[in-house]
Amino acid sequence: MAKITYLAHDGSKFEVDAENGSTVMENAIKNAVPGIEAECGGACACATCHVYVDDAWAEKTGAPEAMEEDMLDFAYDVQPTSRLSCQIKVTDELDGLVVRVPERQA
Amino acid sequence: MTENSSPVETDVVIVGAGPVGLFAVFELGLLDLKCHLIDILDRAGGQCAELYPEKPIYDIPAWPEISGQGLTDRLMEQIAPFDPVFHFNRMVAAVEKQEDGSFIVTTDEDEKIHAKVVVIAAGGGSFQPKRPPVPGIEAYEDQSVFYSVRRMEEFRGHDILIVGGGDSALDWTLSLQPIANSVTLLHRRDAFRAAPDSVNKMKALVENGEMSLQLGQVTGLNGDDGQVTSANIKTNEGELTQIACTRVLPFFGLTMKLGPIADWGLNLEENLIPVDTEKFATSEPGIYAIGDINTYPGKLKLILSGFHEAALMAHAAKKHIAPDERIVFQYTTSSTSLQKKLGV
Ligand SMILES: Cc1cc2nc3c(=O)[nH]c(=O)nc-3n(C[C@H](O)[C@H](O)[C@H](O)COP(=O)(O)OP(=O)(O)OC[C@H]3O[C@@H](n4cnc5c(N)ncnc54)[C@H](O)[C@@H]3O)c2cc1C
Ligand code: FES
Repeated sequence: MAKITYLAHDGSKFEVDAENGSTVMENAIKNAVPGIEAECGGACACATCHVYVDDAWAEKTGAPEAMEEDMLDFAYDVQPTSRLSCQIKVTDELDGLVVRVPERQA
Repeated sequence: MTENSSPVETDVVIVGAGPVGLFAVFELGLLDLKCHLIDILDRAGGQCAELYPEKPIYDIPAWPEISGQGLTDRLMEQIAPFDPVFHFNRMVAAVEKQEDGSFIVTTDEDEKIHAKVVVIAAGGGSFQPKRPPVPGIEAYEDQSVFYSVRRMEEFRGHDILIVGGGDSALDWTLSLQPIANSVTLLHRRDAFRAAPDSVNKMKALVENGEMSLQLGQVTGLNGDDGQVTSANIKTNEGELTQIACTRVLPFFGLTMKLGPIADWGLNLEENLIPVDTEKFATSEPGIYAIGDINTYPGKLKLILSGFHEAALMAHAAKKHIAPDERIVFQYTTSSTSLQKKLGV
């Protein structure tokens, strides 16, 4: 279990208890976090689940793999800590994770 | 093909060469119906080939694990005995019913195919270029911002900004560079998804000062009356700059849009085609819809459901075409006549 905080673009805040093994995207959809679209359902094929990982957490979530990096080319305003949230798996390690939702998805 | 040349003749036109359209060739072929398939993509496989060629699918019966491309390749092998004719890079623009109940199907290149039956296996719609998330870009589309190159001449002498890092971006960079006034390739990072050979060629041009490569992202466009004059760029260092350009070609991948199907006079429900579950017939006799594009109570957008739909549709289509012919139900395992058709 990990607590994840989503900061939506309009400033609203969503705190969610996420199960290990689920993805950061799935928990956003389940809790209707605005701004995460996830059109492809988590297949790393749409880039509409883009988030910015809070700087303090960027090292723990790690860097995107090659395929995810390729998909990020299609996202809007990609920043150094950009990730596709469907590619971040929840673990105990990530308890307290904070991610920001970008202004818009691709 | 010219206006007055007579159309190609076939039994069935299948709109869409995704997995379900492909398998329909098999089921229709067993009933001696010849198929032409039309797809806007440059190859078969639909979503499986375009969106997830390398990802595993786990719910194809008897294939514990198979990739999107693997499934497509197997289907192509399975339907090869029926010699389907493929028309790639073509959008089906119109389907018109003739007096005798047959159809003339017209592509966006004005090719015409005359068919007895039309099967719509159009999935989530036709694949079309994605509009990049640049505010206000709509105002420039088709005037100075293009998502594909239809006529290279329209780019001659222009200052062209190409955005993206895949094969389309690299290929057009190389093709347009000789005729452009200037070419700038803008990509988010110094790694490309394109063929290494194209990347090397592009880098050589950059070294010779014949084009420029910039790393960064477009944040906005400037111009008047649909004519772009420059693009605002955020570099990877966070700096804001501008690139002067009179043509912009962004390549941001593909997305599925219903497209012209909406104009064919069929009943639609939220961009899906309602069908019955006996024949998978649409509101128009002789037009059937299978796979992700259709809807009925209990519909699941699964490949295996699409395969089932293809089998039942094929029998209904055969009855529609040859109402007096008796269809004998046979197994491929034991029927010598089916085996002859399969060439086994
Ligand atoms: C990431 C991902 C994972 C998936 N995983 C699974 C899975 O594990 N199991 C499963 O069963 N399903 C899965 N699916 C769903 C599956 O891919 C679809 O159900 C299947 O592709 C539908 O096949 P189809 O032939 O109906 O349509 P599509 O595959 O969508 O093909 C339709 C084709 O028609 C073309 N077309 C449409 N309109 C026109 C037109 N007017 N002119 C020309 N061409 C046109 C399109 O370009 C497209 O190529 C997945 C989908 C995605 C995106
Ligand atoms: S949900 Fe499509 S890439 Fe993450």
